[in-house]
Amino acid sequence: MAGASKAVVDSRANLPFVYRQYSPEQLREVLHKMYLIRRFEEGAEECYMRGLIHGTMHLSIGQEASAMGVCMPLAADDQITSTHRGHGHCIAKGAEVSRMFAEFFGKTTGYCKGRGGSMHIADVAKGNLGANGIVAGGIPIAVGAALSSKMMKTGKVVVSFFGDGANNEGAFHEALNMAAIWKLPVIFVCENNGYGMSTSTARSTAVKNIAERAAAYSMPGVIVNGNILSEVAEASFKAVERARAGEGPTLIESKTYRHRGHSKSDRNRYRTKEEIEDWMENRDPITLFETELRDFGFIDDQGIQAIRDAVAREIADGIEFAKASPAPEIAALQDYVYTEQA
Amino acid sequence: MDAALRELSYAQAIQEAMAIAMDMDDRVFLMGEDIGVYGGAFQVTGDLVERYGADRVIDTPISELGGAGVAVGAAVTGMRPIFEFQFSDFATLGMEQIVNQAAKMRFMLGGEVSVPVVMRFPAGSGTGAAAQHSQSLEAWLGHVPGLKVIQPATPHDAKGMLLAAVADPDPVMIFEHKLLYKMKGHVPEGHYTVPIGKAEIRREGRDLTIVATSIMVQKALDAAAALEGEGIDIEVVDLRTIRPLDRQTVIDSVKKTSRLLCVYEAVKTLGIGAEVSALVAESEAFDYLDAPIVRLGGAETPIPYNPDLEKATVPQVPDIIAAARDLVKGVR
Repeated sequence: MAGASKAVVDSRANLPFVYRQYSPEQLREVLHKMYLIRRFEEGAEECYMRGLIHGTMHLSIGQEASAMGVCMPLAADDQITSTHRGHGHCIAKGAEVSRMFAEFFGKTTGYCKGRGGSMHIADVAKGNLGANGIVAGGIPIAVGAALSSKMMKTGKVVVSFFGDGANNEGAFHEALNMAAIWKLPVIFVCENNGYGMSTSTARSTAVKNIAERAAAYSMPGVIVNGNILSEVAEASFKAVERARAGEGPTLIESKTYRHRGHSKSDRNRYRTKEEIEDWMENRDPITLFETELRDFGFIDDQGIQAIRDAVAREIADGIEFAKASPAPEIAALQDYVYTEQA
Repeated sequence: MDAALRELSYAQAIQEAMAIAMDMDDRVFLMGEDIGVYGGAFQVTGDLVERYGADRVIDTPISELGGAGVAVGAAVTGMRPIFEFQFSDFATLGMEQIVNQAAKMRFMLGGEVSVPVVMRFPAGSGTGAAAQHSQSLEAWLGHVPGLKVIQPATPHDAKGMLLAAVADPDPVMIFEHKLLYKMKGHVPEGHYTVPIGKAEIRREGRDLTIVATSIMVQKALDAAAALEGEGIDIEVVDLRTIRPLDRQTVIDSVKKTSRLLCVYEAVKTLGIGAEVSALVAESEAFDYLDAPIVRLGGAETPIPYNPDLEKATVPQVPDIIAAARDLVKGVR
């Protein structure tokens, strides 16, 4: 996203980062996308409950500011790798919800033609190299994409999203080390939602803050409140500038919370109802951003309602598109295992 | 020296192939542990770092999982990496990226990407390196749809198949037997490819088909030569690729000879010999069989250190001679 003009910036000099850096139109679009992520996941969950979608899914409801804030400073051809909890990243990087719903419904119009589903959702044309079912699996791949950027001199920056669970995988440590020794244009974004499935970071991780692990690889480690959009976007903006300048990687720890369980099998026996309600009622990232936008005069109630209505239409249309789309032919079972050659 | 008779070692042939690939395509680069100034644990990369620079012959930290993942990520974003695992045993450390990522990425993403990565695995026993540096794990990877797995048995094929692998849009795993690195043979100059997925009949014969892989091809040829004097005429099929398998060449050979012996170094049970036996048993060649199918594979044990024990672990020429003779003479 390109920034706001200088005169406009001066009048907002005391506001948080995003209100100085982006135009009101851009910020309203960000709110639109955060709602789109939330309603997409609620819509997917409802379709799952009604038996329209099979398998499982990992919802990021409550983490929307993290996905959006990280992606705001990225250029269209910058790339990301994502996680099993990756619907928000996909939408934040520019995906259409209709094709995402189609993928969840297993249809040929889906981003992966029905072969990947929720856990492998991708949008290569928009720079999303894919969600990943293996915790930390995407981190070395992001480093490889950043190596391509450096070798091919494309100027692309690569973001690797992962959760707190990934920071105890060997792949995390090997990848961060290589990115640092080769000064690659990659940003490691740890979305710490407090739990790797059921195990809290306090029980699983020797350091208090995952960002502290950056010191082991001589890169900046930044902690942000992942539920405050401006904080996330500001950290991402600085990391993108650093990467683009050839100064190497950054590790950002975005502290956030998932309102829903780990997956559809979660009985929420490892955290209290009070804890969940506290995050939902007092620290919801969409509520926080929307309130700021309204308080700072970037949007009024009518504008908010217009966004909510537009999102509701997009979700309904997306589900209809998915339902109406064709399923793959059984005869096409082995397509895409290997590259088709003439 | 006549260019047509030029001989190179298997290791030199691979090195020449990598140099040609880098000359032809700026996207090709090498990654691996100690492949730079050290020249690779088996001197396969040799002095390539001096000729192509440290930006294209990249020493990685000792990070097989991360290194394999970096190669996969570079491959899906436009580069053509050739990644060397220092020993094929270390595939165990990189299996996640090989099996879950490289093999499946194109499929999971509905054909939106290809993964043109080449991975090289120095494999096999015979160097006194004991149990963790001597294994033959090619069948593990041969079990994974999405990968292509090859085992060149000659210097000529080592070069031609590597150049085919670099040009291939999908992940190609190359298992190179360490004892072959010093083997000399005719290697044409310049660029040529040997197709992936095509077996080669190394020796024609009427009485018995030996399907062999990698170093066992030469051992099978030696056994066949020894049995010539006894009037036993052996056909030797060099499988060359274990995924995708060249079923037809095997079937046609067995239909001609009516006997099948599979010889491979990897642990016998659940190995490539089981697959070759089954493909013959399931085919029209079954009706042509005059004797039970026999497999000679590695013993059901890790590779031991003691040299006599080590030799006894894998099929040797006398073992092949004995098994072939028994098969043809109807002892089995």
